[in-house]
Amino acid sequence: MEQLTTIGLNHYLTISAFLLCFGIYAVMTRKNAIVILMGVELILNAANINFLAFSKYNGGMEGVMFSLFIIVLAAAEAAIALAIVINIFKIFRSVDVSSIDSMKE
Amino acid sequence: MSNPTYTVIFYLFAAITVFSAAFVVFSRNVIYSAFSLLFTFFGAAALYVFLSADFIAVTQVVVYVGGILVLLLFGVMFTNSIMKADLKSDVLHFVPGTLLLLGMIGAMLYTFYTTHGWMPSETQLQGSVVERIGIETMSRYVLPFEMASILLLAALIGAAFLARFEKQGNKEQ
Repeated sequence: MEQLTTIGLNHYLTISAFLLCFGIYAVMTRKNAIVILMGVELILNAANINFLAFSKYNGGMEGVMFSLFIIVLAAAEAAIALAIVINIFKIFRSVDVSSIDSMKE
Repeated sequence: MSNPTYTVIFYLFAAITVFSAAFVVFSRNVIYSAFSLLFTFFGAAALYVFLSADFIAVTQVVVYVGGILVLLLFGVMFTNSIMKADLKSDVLHFVPGTLLLLGMIGAMLYTFYTTHGWMPSETQLQGSVVERIGIETMSRYVLPFEMASILLLAALIGAAFLARFEKQGNKEQ
């Protein structure tokens, strides 16, 4: 009971483990490219929660700075990935990743 | 930190984050997934406030909810015709995916709760970190900061180039 009511590092690690596993599940099992991108965003959020939790309980600023740069990279990644998905849609008329099987138009 | 109100609010936001993330993954409708992702991002931002990283929480709301989620919704609406109400997304490798999900969660939780070696530092982060982020950005992390700006410029040009419409091609068709 003491472990449940006192919020510690394990609580944050548990939440981030759930987010990571859901993200990997989405990347593995979904056919829609946009849902796969959502899974990647979930994985990045899990990493952010871990960085910030370790940073808080360690007392340093490294994790905070790293999570800031992760957010920057996630924004760039989402923009590029959406551009690629739109191109795929223009060529194949579908975003189903299991039907995209040629690299030439 | 065993204040009951604090604990209850923490569990509330933790539940919002985890259950909406589960809904993102297990919902078959892409629009429902996108809107559920909104709650996941807000829940994660609230958890960042609990971790005394208030600046990161505000950045999360501005960048993820205001930028990435709008971009994802735009992608959903661009690549599906809304009127058809056929926004389903099929599932592939259901059984191996579920086994991997349960196995990974089980292994990680087992490791976390049987490890008793965490030793929190005496000097944990307290209060606001905005001022310290400013000092660190302009001193120790100034090179990554500049590199991030160049990367964002490159990503902006690249995304605009990749997603543009070819006017000459459309005229010929």
